[in-house]
Amino acid sequence: MTLLQPGLRQMTVGSILLFIVFLAAWQWAPGALGIPPFIVPSASEVWQEFLRMLARDRLLYHTGITAMQVGVGFVLGVMLGIVCGFVLGMSPTAEFVLSPYILALQIAPKVAFAPLFIIWFGYTVYPKILVCILIVFFPVMINVLGAVRALDPDIVRLAKSFTANRFQVFWKIEFPAAMPPLFAGLRIASTLAVIGVLVGELVGGNTGLGYLLTFAEGAGETGKVFVTIIMLTLIGIVLYGLVVAVEARVLHYLPARARLNT
Amino acid sequence: MTATPRLEFRNVTKRFTNRRQGTTVVAVEGVSLAIADGEVVSLIGPSGCGKSTLLNMGSGLDPASEGEVFVDGELVTRPNKHVAFMLQKDLLLPWRTIVENVELGQEIQGLSRGERRQRALELLAKCRLTDFVDHYPHQLSGGMRQRAALARTLAVEPTVLLMDEPFSALDAQTKMVLQQDLGRTLAETRKTALFITHDLVEAIALSDRILVMSQRPGRIIEEIAVEIDGRDNPMTRRQHPKVAAYITRLMNLLQIDQAAA
Repeated sequence: MTLLQPGLRQMTVGSILLFIVFLAAWQWAPGALGIPPFIVPSASEVWQEFLRMLARDRLLYHTGITAMQVGVGFVLGVMLGIVCGFVLGMSPTAEFVLSPYILALQIAPKVAFAPLFIIWFGYTVYPKILVCILIVFFPVMINVLGAVRALDPDIVRLAKSFTANRFQVFWKIEFPAAMPPLFAGLRIASTLAVIGVLVGELVGGNTGLGYLLTFAEGAGETGKVFVTIIMLTLIGIVLYGLVVAVEARVLHYLPARARLNT
Repeated sequence: MTATPRLEFRNVTKRFTNRRQGTTVVAVEGVSLAIADGEVVSLIGPSGCGKSTLLNMGSGLDPASEGEVFVDGELVTRPNKHVAFMLQKDLLLPWRTIVENVELGQEIQGLSRGERRQRALELLAKCRLTDFVDHYPHQLSGGMRQRAALARTLAVEPTVLLMDEPFSALDAQTKMVLQQDLGRTLAETRKTALFITHDLVEAIALSDRILVMSQRPGRIIEEIAVEIDGRDNPMTRRQHPKVAAYITRLMNLLQIDQAAA
């Protein structure tokens, strides 16, 4: 075992080393290869740009706006997805009737709705949150729906034989049984949430990281683009990390091999 | 027998209609049986003869197409607290610890936390699972899981136990140990049980009577009283010299030799 699986410490040292190598390559490789800074700015230039943006471009404010929209959109989209997943899962009739529309809406590229929502709601936070809800909704709903469908009917019969009512069957059996697929859906949804908000911001408005991104592009400031991309990624990482942390608490009963590391 | 039977089927028929194909299958036809208090009866028959259907009707999960089912003289129309069932699958919930799984039925029936925990722990002790009360199902072996399922079934203090091949997924040795546990528990608690099995020796070792069913549509074609002492000790009972004769009789009734020819 120990021969095949390096210890945790060795693995940590390994990933830190790799990060240093990555930073070093970013710092010196563009110069060495003759790539100009307006194509790929070096790591230190991006860091300088980050400090400048903090001072002059209200970077934290725009990051906060985007993060808020991501958070609100994610929570609302997840709640909607959970509710619809359970309702459709429990009612085959509803699923049969609604499935063509659900499928159509799922196939339609959600980001294409951004301009529509902006026509409807103007340059406010609402179009961004709506695109986020729409994009987050599907992976959550599909996973919950699948979980309700995949549940062994004998487990439900067992509960019913103990005289369980409909609510008890839901609360004690169906809901907890849907947790592992739900969290798989949440992991996917958390990475999509940032995309939803960003697209809304790119299409219109004067706040958020998407706005900074279009602004930097127009001015040809590659450094700013890099900083913005990194901030967007950080928002996504924080959200994903939160999902993983909650998952670790909720799904603690799963055997270690059934849990994902990251 | 003047006393009211614990479980009684009166001329029960069950038909399943396949709406898409427009066909009707008669699963069981005109079944009548009565199980007295404290009696253990095995139901044996070919695959697909409707044994499980009978059990589902007994538990009140499925209504009979014709005829009636009574538990303690009361007509069964839906699941009730007197009956508990146990299947081949343990159906333990992976997100609950063993003791929480055992409490499931009591929890649904609204018993207080303290009461159900105490009863669950007592039963788990009887099932030799005291060291595993806080483990999760995946950490237990198949035999232990099935013992936990038995504890969960007994925890709701049913008067009638309905068991559908509870040990058929276990290996031969584990099976014998669990049969012994069950035989002893049923005798100690004086529970009434209807036990479905494919295992002829299991039926003989565990029960007072054996009901033999025909091919579909399932009917009861024979009733055999097992006249061997010591139902509380299946391990010894299965070695009794009379067992061979019962096996021969059951094999003839089930036409097992013809199926193999």
